[in-house]
Amino acid sequence: MKQTVSVSKPLHGLPRLRNGARAYLKRWKRHPFSALMRLLSTLCMAVTLLMLMSIIWDILSKGIPNLKPSLFSLTYTTENQSLLPALINTFAITLLSLLVAVPLGVGGAVYLSEYAHRESVLVKSVRITAVTLAGIPSILYGLFGMMFFVITLKMGLSLLSGALTLSLMVLPLILRTTEEALLSVPDGYREGSYGLGAGKLRTVWRIVLPPASPGILAGIVLAIGRIVGETAALLFTAGTVAQLPQGLLSSGRTLSVHMYVLSGEGLHIGEAYATAAVLLVFVTLMNGLSGLISRKIVKE
Amino acid sequence: MSKIEISELNLYYDDFQALKNVNLNIEANRITAFIGPSGCGKSTLLKTLNRMNDLVLGCSVTGSVKLDGEDIFGDLDVNLLRKRVGMVFQKPNPFPMSIYDNIAYGPRTHGVRRKAMLDDIVEKSLRDAAIWEELKDRLPKSALGLSGGQQQRLCIARALAVQPEVLLMDEPTSALDPISTAKIEELAMQLKKDYTLVMVTHNMQQALRVSDTTAFFLLGEVVESGDTEKLFSMPVDKRTEDYITGRFG
Repeated sequence: MKQTVSVSKPLHGLPRLRNGARAYLKRWKRHPFSALMRLLSTLCMAVTLLMLMSIIWDILSKGIPNLKPSLFSLTYTTENQSLLPALINTFAITLLSLLVAVPLGVGGAVYLSEYAHRESVLVKSVRITAVTLAGIPSILYGLFGMMFFVITLKMGLSLLSGALTLSLMVLPLILRTTEEALLSVPDGYREGSYGLGAGKLRTVWRIVLPPASPGILAGIVLAIGRIVGETAALLFTAGTVAQLPQGLLSSGRTLSVHMYVLSGEGLHIGEAYATAAVLLVFVTLMNGLSGLISRKIVKE
Repeated sequence: MSKIEISELNLYYDDFQALKNVNLNIEANRITAFIGPSGCGKSTLLKTLNRMNDLVLGCSVTGSVKLDGEDIFGDLDVNLLRKRVGMVFQKPNPFPMSIYDNIAYGPRTHGVRRKAMLDDIVEKSLRDAAIWEELKDRLPKSALGLSGGQQQRLCIARALAVQPEVLLMDEPTSALDPISTAKIEELAMQLKKDYTLVMVTHNMQQALRVSDTTAFFLLGEVVESGDTEKLFSMPVDKRTEDYITGRFG
């Protein structure tokens, strides 16, 4: 459960402008280390903000002037460098990956936190494995995906191979975040439900999952971020064909791969920036949407 | 016949024996209080009566507990047992949903679907828990916005909504202020008309005020049990006397 804490005014806001400097000097004299700490943390915040803003500025200022209608044509040609097929591929791969990874990840986490004994060897080893898998560089997932899905299962370089590889990649992430969310639901809720004669199934669906859903959704948002931003794992599995997909078994590039190829060729840097701007908007929209959904769930 | 008959009950948490050869009868339509120092097994026994101990890893039981003559460790379905033997916990634990849905959760679990019927159950339960007047205008609001005392009475109403026969209360007032405590005690005394109540308490005054029968626990054993007034005025066992006069505990 999220708790809302309302604080009428911040305890340590930035010094007011009018007598700010003087007040700051006074504080400096009385508590030099605490003033130093404040100065340092303010600086850290400023540097972080500056870097973030300069990246966004760089992308938007170079990307927006290069946006033109031909970038959104249905077919890609060497003249128009259209990004629309890649945008649609991104949607498709994200959706497919989540379709596989979310049920598996959430279901597995429910097993770990609700059905398995919490301190058992199985739970601990799954947890360690998940953490390890989450830290593996994505290129390794790409190699595995190529060997397994593309070659052994004969799916070829295709959206399906790419999506399955990415779903493997985000599975540990979703498993871990969901498990954390489930474990943060107080045991008092579970006891209350069992105490009324409810079984396991009803307790999990009605009592445990609803308050955990914002946390689960946060994990899914992180997963979307990783899928949309992924290139290495997709180069070997989904390929780089820049056209609209003909089906699950046809190759296609996502926006990130599209950018990678464009910048690699070095001929269409402007179009690459325009693609980056579109990607930025896409990710922001995705995050906003999930925030909206999670607020709605919490309200219910 | 007693409502609940406990005989030769032993309970272990792995190697640790938490209850030792407990024999106790709990009479219908009375309030039975379990008293004793921390860790003496009184909450453990309470949680055995509706098998909430099943949820504890490494917990095992020997002996028998009979509800209306039927062994609760036998063929009786555990969910049905918990419907018949309801529970109120030490810390108020309303679900993060509306007041109405909190009360309706139990009946819905046991198959009540009709809106009109649920409305009736919600009103009756809240009236029985003496909290209807306070809450009737805010049924769709979240139960988490209530005060601690209101939350605990809501939990009592929630337990009553499945029409239990026995109500187990595990230190129901230990997290509450004196006024809320008085309300819960008064409520308990009204409820014994229709229900059998078992209450664990740390507070000897509370046991004396509320209960008809008291059982005194020490190190997993029932040292003495019987009529409350008698137990407090003329304890038979030396250890009971030492405890109720405040020499230890």
